[in-house]
Amino acid sequence: MPHTVPIPPDAQLEPLLRRYRWSVAAKQRQLALAVAVLAGCLLAAAAGAELDADKFLSGIGNFGDYFDRLLLLDSGERVWTDPAEWFWGVHRWVRLLGETLLIAYVGTLTGTIGAFLGCFLCSRNLVRSAWLRIAVRRALEFCRTVPDIVFALIFVAAFGLGALPGVLAIAIHTTGALGKLFSEVVENIDMKPVEGIASTGGSWAAQVRFGVVPQVLSNFASYALLRFEVNVRGATVIGVVGAGGIGQDLIVAIRQFHTSDVSAILLLIIVCVMVIDALSELLRHRLLSPEGGR
Amino acid sequence: MSDAPAGLRGAFLARRADMQAAHPRIFAASWRARSGTVAIFGGLLLVYAAGLYELDVSPAVIFHGLGRLADIAGLMLPPSPGSWDRFELYLDALGQTLSIALLGTLTAAVLAIPFGFLAARNVVANAVIHFLTRRGLDTIRSVDTLIWALIWINVVGLGPFAGALAIASADFAAFAKLMSEAIEAADRRPVEGVAASGGGRLAAIRFGIVPQVLPIFASQVLYFFESNTRSATIIGVVGAGGIGLHLSEAIRVLEWQQTSFLILMVLVTVAAIDALSQRLRAAITGRR
Repeated sequence: MPHTVPIPPDAQLEPLLRRYRWSVAAKQRQLALAVAVLAGCLLAAAAGAELDADKFLSGIGNFGDYFDRLLLLDSGERVWTDPAEWFWGVHRWVRLLGETLLIAYVGTLTGTIGAFLGCFLCSRNLVRSAWLRIAVRRALEFCRTVPDIVFALIFVAAFGLGALPGVLAIAIHTTGALGKLFSEVVENIDMKPVEGIASTGGSWAAQVRFGVVPQVLSNFASYALLRFEVNVRGATVIGVVGAGGIGQDLIVAIRQFHTSDVSAILLLIIVCVMVIDALSELLRHRLLSPEGGR
Repeated sequence: MSDAPAGLRGAFLARRADMQAAHPRIFAASWRARSGTVAIFGGLLLVYAAGLYELDVSPAVIFHGLGRLADIAGLMLPPSPGSWDRFELYLDALGQTLSIALLGTLTAAVLAIPFGFLAARNVVANAVIHFLTRRGLDTIRSVDTLIWALIWINVVGLGPFAGALAIASADFAAFAKLMSEAIEAADRRPVEGVAASGGGRLAAIRFGIVPQVLPIFASQVLYFFESNTRSATIIGVVGAGGIGLHLSEAIRVLEWQQTSFLILMVLVTVAAIDALSQRLRAAITGRR
């Protein structure tokens, strides 16, 4: 059956059309304004970052060259012709990579414990006292906002060179980052179990232990694993400021133009990070599967 | 303490022995059920202890360091730039940091758009292209911003330009990944609608997918801009411009008052950017 769309007479159509054009134009004007503001910011930023087209064009050639050189041995051969020469330091690097993973692990676990303790204290549904909540929240925010490298620099000054400053820096940053995520999970729980325990006379600690923790544990574990992935990446560079791990060898290799070492270490880091990511993704899917509860 | 707890609990406690005899399964220590949990936590703690030992972390070192840290914290007060000239220098560097973050984020976002589409399963059906793009992006993503900064310094020399490029390279892959996920989660119906009314493949993407993905993507760009303001402060540590250079310099020469002042400047800036981008995000996602 053919449908016909009734078309109103022009006199009736005219105001509708005008209205339509006007609203389209308004949207376009808004977009143009946003683009103009963005362009202004970009120009200012380009000046601020000393952007230089000439430098970039000559640099982009260097970029190709640089990666080309990364794949050359000192002898001028391609790296894959002589893997033994390319990975001459593999024992040391694997050991340092292990240290990196340990720094990330110990830092993540310490930070997770800190965040676990902190998150209940800044959740609106568990703590009445506003000042306690705000104080804990601000502290977590501080831990999160100061970059871990800055913490590492300060800790290297206090604790001396070595892995400890790296571990502490990662732990503090993790406490801040996870504390926020954890408290968001806690604020979204079902309050009925908590009320149940409160009504049978359970203390605050018992309410948290038996009412809250069973609901949030799998989410916490999943966030902690995600953070571990981030921290493995972070731990690879924390050695740059002298806080242990493979970063120290990497920066020496980059600064002294040992190009084949750079590519070998980068390759090890990339493989390691990818393996960790894959494993942790597997675990996280398990944790958040229906059986794990949510 | 009262001698007899009242109510349900009291009634239970009074008859505890009977209840235990009647329902032994409920009261039996459920070690078998718990053994998995215990094994997991035990394993975690074991590796933790081994890690602490392996990394030479001892209580003595920690306490000594904490003492030094307290001294440093004392020296940091009150935060002060030292002189007006230096304050201007810091402000300039802060502007540079923001420039690096903005340029880096936007460059990454623009570069990520085509790759996001390439890596999305519902746009490019070719499994080989899909796999290669995904793995390539993963590879780029595994390299930290700081390492990219070191590499770009070798290519374009010291300065903020290298910093902007470092942020762009590190984030571009993360963006592309998020973008491709957003595209894969997009509703199929608008795409089918465009196709049904005779639109080509490009038209289907332009009018079917882009309007759905754009607000998500824009709010992600804002998130990244926030986090890049933080990253941009640290790439200066290796010489890629911005406030990080002054920060690491102040720490190296043990000028703690300047250090705390610089940290304070970063905190205030990040808080301001946070607030700004929250409002922008609300405007973007609310309007559509």
